[in-house]
Amino acid sequence: MPINKKSKLVENIFDAGKIEQKPTRDGYGLGLLQAGDENPNIVALCADLIESTRTEAFAKKYPARFVEMGVAEQNMASVAAGLSAIGKIPYITSYAMFSPGRNWEQIRTTICYNERNVKIIGSHTGVSVGPDGATHQAIEDIAITRPIANMTVIAPCDMHEGQKAAYAVSKIDGPCYIRYAREKTPVFTTEYSPFEIGKAEVFFESDKTPDVAIIACGPLVHNALLAAEELEKKGIAVRVINNHTIKPMDEKMIIKSAKDAGAVVTVEEHQIAGGMGSAVAEVLAKNHPVPIEFIGVQNHFGESGNPNELLEHFGMGVAHIKDAVKKVLKRKK
Amino acid sequence: MILHDDKIKFLEEMAAKVRYDTIESVINAGSGHVAGPLDMADIFTAMYFHILKHDPKNPNWDGRDRLILSNGHICPVQYATMAHAGYFPVEELKTLRKFGTRLQGHPHRQALPGIETTSGPLGSGLSQAVGMAIGLKMDEKTNQVFALLSDGEQECGQTWEAAMLAGKLKLDNITAIIDRNNIQIDGMTEDIMPLEPLKEKYEAFNWHVLEINGHDFHEIVNAVETARAIFEKPVVIIAHTIAGKGVDFMEFKYPWHSKVFKPEEAKEALRQLRTLQGKIQSEHQ
Repeated sequence: MPINKKSKLVENIFDAGKIEQKPTRDGYGLGLLQAGDENPNIVALCADLIESTRTEAFAKKYPARFVEMGVAEQNMASVAAGLSAIGKIPYITSYAMFSPGRNWEQIRTTICYNERNVKIIGSHTGVSVGPDGATHQAIEDIAITRPIANMTVIAPCDMHEGQKAAYAVSKIDGPCYIRYAREKTPVFTTEYSPFEIGKAEVFFESDKTPDVAIIACGPLVHNALLAAEELEKKGIAVRVINNHTIKPMDEKMIIKSAKDAGAVVTVEEHQIAGGMGSAVAEVLAKNHPVPIEFIGVQNHFGESGNPNELLEHFGMGVAHIKDAVKKVLKRKK
Repeated sequence: MILHDDKIKFLEEMAAKVRYDTIESVINAGSGHVAGPLDMADIFTAMYFHILKHDPKNPNWDGRDRLILSNGHICPVQYATMAHAGYFPVEELKTLRKFGTRLQGHPHRQALPGIETTSGPLGSGLSQAVGMAIGLKMDEKTNQVFALLSDGEQECGQTWEAAMLAGKLKLDNITAIIDRNNIQIDGMTEDIMPLEPLKEKYEAFNWHVLEINGHDFHEIVNAVETARAIFEKPVVIIAHTIAGKGVDFMEFKYPWHSKVFKPEEAKEALRQLRTLQGKIQSEHQ
């Protein structure tokens, strides 16, 4: 079994029928509560979406540390900056389209440039938001948060990692953005799986030297693992990396994997332009250029549909990852 | 906070110095905003020399009141006032807008101790002040929060998002002061985007509204005192001011929002500020 034992993933990881399914945003709710239980300075702000962003449990347990903002995301970002000035650690939550989407400039100036310790929680990222359609499917959020100085950007792969990320950012003194998803996705890590901000994890490693490294983030890491298992059966040696921290990126791991494999496929539920794959390409272009194929949304808006048919339609299914691997292997010298 | 006649005289003289140093620093920088800084000189002087609880030698003192400048572009007047209040040497005003300076073109918190928040993009200051007021209430602290706003930024939607929240939470520890000089970059506010009835707008958002002459120290101090005594409501003081106050060819004229001085204009502006528009004999030309 090429699953990296140190990553302590679930046993039935390739059994699509049996694996537990929960949305990553559930992890946010748990992580916020965990951080809030431990640190009385943690406060939460929400823009009229406490149930669907999973802020509700915290709001009910700590009503004096929760502020309902109404539908006012720009105000939410700057009010959080003000709370941080008094020593609070605000978590601000909405759909990612609205925060960090609608309130980008407030996040840049009043939180990041101003060095305020605010955690920006964007729920409902990716086309897998589903029936709500393109207006509510954030697929540009990594691209707009990554270039802001002082910002940390994280995309957890499942509910457990979502919890760990929400808790871990409470220990960082500075602005962080975490992208969560609406839809239920496989829970394939465990509470024992390692998670450290800025440290990518090898989840899958063939016995042989890898022919290709698949670098993925978010729930699509699971698709990358399914693709890897099938590719290995065909004699292609694969390494799959859960690259949950897009900034600061684990450059050491990315460069090493490019050196070991000589070819890279990146996988994310985000526009290819400006996403995690772009960030990987920046690292490799400078340090160790190798052929790269990018799985993600290719300059389209999303649309209504069920999550899986949308992922297939926009080219992020398991078969697409396998095709990208075959394509990148042909480009290898 | 009784205002004796000798204190008024002191404040008037300090405001004159602040006006002069503000304009001299902008002339020296070669760019920067001028009309707003001149019309807010009296309010900044009243703040730093009579109203605020603060300690220039210990800018992060926990017991200090918070002064948030939302329309960061008028920072030259804040810098000049802070320098005279003892935050940094007056000499440093010469570095305004120059490479490596602590006096950035728009104020940056990390650059200069005593600046409570980075600002410049309009409309976000009231939100930050509201956040601070909420945080202080959570901690059951009595520090006051003062938010200095321009009238132009009343056109920003975010200002009203913040006003709505402050009204909802009955934040009586926040006092906003609007510089009602009626000008903005492109013209007079009522031509660009009418703000009136401004008083009624804030009242409709559950604020207590006071209106004053922003150049009268009695009125400034009394309004702040009144604001402190209003419970269960945030207070906004609409301070009517004269854009470009102190230089006759600039007063009331919107093009001076951010116009660069010609050499003759610079000389004349400084002469007028030095002599209080010819009221006193200048000791040197």
